[in-house]
Amino acid sequence: MIQFLVHEEADNVGVATVDIKAGEKAGGLYMDSQKKAQVKALQDIPLGHKIALIKFKKDDSVIKYGHDIGRVVAEIKIGEHVHIHNLKTRRW
Amino acid sequence: MAKLKNPKVFAYRRENGRVGIRNHVVILPLDDLSNSACEKVAYNVKGTKAIPHAYGRLQFGKDLELFFRTMIGTGANPNVAAVVVIGIEPEWTNRIVEGIAKTGKPVSGFSIERFGEFKTVEMACWKAKEYVQWASELRREPVDLKEIWVSVKCGESDTTSGLASNPTVGNAIEKLVAMGATTSFGETSEITGAEMVCKSRAANRKVGEQFMAAFDAYQKMIDDNKTDDLSGSQPTKGNIRGGLTTIEEKAFGNLQKIGKKANYVGVLDKAEAPTGPGLWFMDTSSAAAEAVTLWAAAGFVAHFFPTGQGNIIGNPIEPVIKLTANPITAKTMSEHVDYDCSAILRGEMTLDQSGDNLLQMLVRTCNGRLTAQEALGHEEFVLTKLYESA
Repeated sequence: MIQFLVHEEADNVGVATVDIKAGEKAGGLYMDSQKKAQVKALQDIPLGHKIALIKFKKDDSVIKYGHDIGRVVAEIKIGEHVHIHNLKTRRW
Repeated sequence: MAKLKNPKVFAYRRENGRVGIRNHVVILPLDDLSNSACEKVAYNVKGTKAIPHAYGRLQFGKDLELFFRTMIGTGANPNVAAVVVIGIEPEWTNRIVEGIAKTGKPVSGFSIERFGEFKTVEMACWKAKEYVQWASELRREPVDLKEIWVSVKCGESDTTSGLASNPTVGNAIEKLVAMGATTSFGETSEITGAEMVCKSRAANRKVGEQFMAAFDAYQKMIDDNKTDDLSGSQPTKGNIRGGLTTIEEKAFGNLQKIGKKANYVGVLDKAEAPTGPGLWFMDTSSAAAEAVTLWAAAGFVAHFFPTGQGNIIGNPIEPVIKLTANPITAKTMSEHVDYDCSAILRGEMTLDQSGDNLLQMLVRTCNGRLTAQEALGHEEFVLTKLYESA
């Protein structure tokens, strides 16, 4: 049983496949290489939401599907929830 | 993938060499006024199928051209063995009959004016009976899977779509393209946020620029008609609740349906048939029934439809194979689902295995297995209208 999936090795976020609780040691799987990953969740990550696999500074890019999906607007620690409070589109 | 290297399927070879996986005898109305006569014929002659629709009167210009292309393409689709066309008047009826006749398949037209509906229905019934008995003796023959034209489009997407069901379709599409199959994706507006990456997936610069021109034109149409700022509605509130943060993320999830490596070889107008094998972009609406109707009219004979929350769309002539990775959808809406790939979310199945499973379901569908949508009678035939009728 895994708690999150990562699309590609180049990605710096994973996607929760179950509701992950804060403090939990979450196990993940890279979908391209089948490599395993482990991250301690610092916050609750609901099913389908993103968990940080690296430490992000402001203006860093979040990479998912191997592509830039937006700009970091507030510092993010490994294991934190990545969503509308710390990630914004570059579109508008 | 070894066992699917060069699979054979049993399908119908049509007069023009194209391959169909169904053997429909269609009663096709030219216009809204003729739906009733077509339904009466289909009621009388078992094994035939009426395809009623809402238009065909006082259309003009590009909208009329698209109308004829869609109607002729529907009759010409290789899943259709023979066609009876009924219209209110003979001239436009004949235009559809002549268009379909180019395939070499049996087709006849009847018009209601100067006969009345009873007489028209009777004449059409005789022809429909002749066609359906003829078609019932046609036999499937072994053909290569690559001769099956496959279109793809998702609906009611959620995060499970981007994680598993869309990438499963992408994996299957890459394998089909490698075999030499003809495939197509579209949903012009849903590519917003990933348009530059989509442009870069074109086989050459010219095709990339054709895609961009279609994308910009669609975007302009939306901008000209919208009543609020799309930034507030993309991603939707439901998307955000499900974990999608930005429009780029949503668009890349959508684009997973064409896999990671395949390049598209050309850009098609709505309901336009591709001219060779490979992956093609078609400029379509993102509304499921409209888009699948356009692909069926372009000659596609099977459709992959990944869904998250459970879109239940079907088509009267192009079987729609539905897959979901959402375990709740797979459980609560199982009558609509052909393939449950939620094992990917549990880490129990790879995308490569899932792509093979989907191709296996395609092979079974080609060989005659009814899709969930066919068994349920979901036959959404929806014409794309470009503007008001005159």
